[in-house]
Amino acid sequence: MNLFLDALAWLTDPANWTGPGGIPTRVLQHLVITFAAVAAAAVVALPTGVLIGHTRKGAGVVGAIAGAARAIPTLGLLTLLGLALGIGLEAPLLALIVLAVPSVLAGAYAGVQNVSTDTTGAAKAIGMSPRQVVFQVEIPLAAPVIIGGLRAATLQVVATATLAAYTADFGLGRYLFAGLKSRDYAEMLAGALLVAVLALVLELLFAAAQRRAAGRIAATARPDDAVAPPDSPQEKELV
Amino acid sequence: MTWLTLNWPQVLELTRDHLLLSAPAILLSVLIAVPIGRLAQQRPRLGGPLLGAASLLYAIPALPLLIIIPVIFGIPLRSPATMIIALTVYGVALLVRTAADAFGSVDPRVREAAVAVGHSPRSVFWRVDLPLALPVLLAGIRVVAVSTVSLVTIGALIGVPSLGTLLTDGFQRGIPAEVATGVIATMALALLFDGLLIAIGRLLTPWAATSHERLLPQEKAV
Amino acid sequence: MIEFETVSKTYPGHPAAVADFSLVVPSHSTVVLVGSSGSGKSTLLRTVNRMVEPTSGRVLIDGEDVRERDPVALRRSIGYVLQHGGLLPHRSVIDNIATVPVLNGVPKRQARTAATELLERVGLDPKVGRRYPGQLSGGQQQRVGVARALAADPNILLMDEPFGAVDPIMRRELQEELLRLQSELHKTIVFVTHDIDEAFLLGDEVVVLREGGVIAQRGTPAEILGAPADDFVRDFVGADRAERELHTTEVDGRTIAVDAAGRPVGVLAS
Repeated sequence: MNLFLDALAWLTDPANWTGPGGIPTRVLQHLVITFAAVAAAAVVALPTGVLIGHTRKGAGVVGAIAGAARAIPTLGLLTLLGLALGIGLEAPLLALIVLAVPSVLAGAYAGVQNVSTDTTGAAKAIGMSPRQVVFQVEIPLAAPVIIGGLRAATLQVVATATLAAYTADFGLGRYLFAGLKSRDYAEMLAGALLVAVLALVLELLFAAAQRRAAGRIAATARPDDAVAPPDSPQEKELV
Repeated sequence: MTWLTLNWPQVLELTRDHLLLSAPAILLSVLIAVPIGRLAQQRPRLGGPLLGAASLLYAIPALPLLIIIPVIFGIPLRSPATMIIALTVYGVALLVRTAADAFGSVDPRVREAAVAVGHSPRSVFWRVDLPLALPVLLAGIRVVAVSTVSLVTIGALIGVPSLGTLLTDGFQRGIPAEVATGVIATMALALLFDGLLIAIGRLLTPWAATSHERLLPQEKAV
Repeated sequence: MIEFETVSKTYPGHPAAVADFSLVVPSHSTVVLVGSSGSGKSTLLRTVNRMVEPTSGRVLIDGEDVRERDPVALRRSIGYVLQHGGLLPHRSVIDNIATVPVLNGVPKRQARTAATELLERVGLDPKVGRRYPGQLSGGQQQRVGVARALAADPNILLMDEPFGAVDPIMRRELQEELLRLQSELHKTIVFVTHDIDEAFLLGDEVVVLREGGVIAQRGTPAEILGAPADDFVRDFVGADRAERELHTTEVDGRTIAVDAAGRPVGVLAS
């Protein structure tokens, strides 16, 4: 437990809060690269996912991409791109985008695809154009799942951005690698705690956003559906 | 390719190390997550917070977790135990929800019918719940297996040997072939696990293969 | 013999599902509880094998309070058939039928042999035994459900709308099959349905229930049809329906039975 105290001491040392290697700068770097990567992935994957979900064509491809992405060791992708593109931000950024795409894609696809065909059929029947069906029915109903995809992507990227410090001088991961190199467990542990807290904060924010989106949908759905008949487990007659 | 022909004994040894880290972690994950998942499904009031805690655990990035675990458990950083504990934490966090869903997917009418014909609570679990939850459970275990095999590589950063060693070593020495070998070998191992689990699934759930041809169409109206 | 003694069941926050229900089901006879949803008929059925515990009152089997019995052992000693068959989807038909004997410790092979014989008894091809429930039609599943209920040779059969989910032709076949089986086996059967025609066809005695498990009338089908106790029963059994109101007419020297709408329904046997 002493190590935790050491880490705490390191965290509260004013010297670590200033300059280009200070905690605020590192946190900011970490956040910026995370959002840049997720945003870039979203630009590519959101429209694609929505389109695939809408047309229900190419679902197999999405599944294959998602499965393969899980099997790729992130460190392998980082180091391969690092060797190819050299030391710098390009390699990790590209790796992070590649890693974020499958989650966003899968979320958008699954969300839209899961919208009941009865609902979209009804939307068409009352005279909505395909465009209106997508933007006014499918995307709003798919919102919780789409946000879920962004959430998974963000988590993945925050974690991998830590590893990115292995090939570039960037983000909170630097503390871990610097500590590993100089066997300074306090710095390493402090860095680890910072990343963990950052990840947890983002996770909680996304969870709240997802719940809100889901809550809005549930509130507009027929409320009486949620109320089960009083003794339905006992009485099977209400089929 | 030349790199591999010169270094295959090392690759083989690292593959073995990789296996010895991932297999126990996958097994432990299943053994821990299935009972918790079942509990979470049966007692939603307890299950809600439990599943929430699991998803938070899963949110902690791998490298920081590898550094935090030795401090909590009082074990050396560069040990297989650190790796296995971290991987199990992720495995459990990932699998608990699926396990709860898997048990939730069992038709309550079937469970009730089983009770009605005289299954004891224990035999309901072993003879009804568990086999019927198996297809969903196995899908979850496949995800855990693949992501565990891939995660093991991170251990190379703290000095625990695995196929990940090829990634760090290759990067530092500037040998793309070594890194590529590490990536491909890791993915191959993941696929192997996946294939194995699919085979086990086919073997254990013979009824699932035939359920496509469900009822005759005219009887679906019921 | 099954005795219900002032059985009540109340779920917290709801009106009583069943209130003060008393009934004696004689051995070797079929008693049908008939009523619409909310009449508590399934609840009553389930008090017999302790799937439901009464809030007050008691249920006796051959004079013994079911609460004295271990629920698991009790359920294994009673055959139970549900609307959707309640078959285990991951076991072959044979293993489904053999479930209870195997749970009771009968060797698997012996239980399977017995199960194959039961398949024929309920009118199914033994070849069906190797299939899974998902591969059977609804009617076949119900037959397997009946076979499973009979597998441990119980004295009592509880049937909870067993034929409610199959099409009318299949239902008719299953009903005939049950009558044939009962004429051979002489079980004590409690049968729950909302279909009055099914009740009249199968029941030695019919109990018409109104909301909350209150007995509106009980008696043989003829008694109920002939003298409905009140308007509720008259309405429920459809005593006013055209096809219930028969009279005779002479055609070519033979006596023809005709319903109220003038449709001939049969010839009087002389």
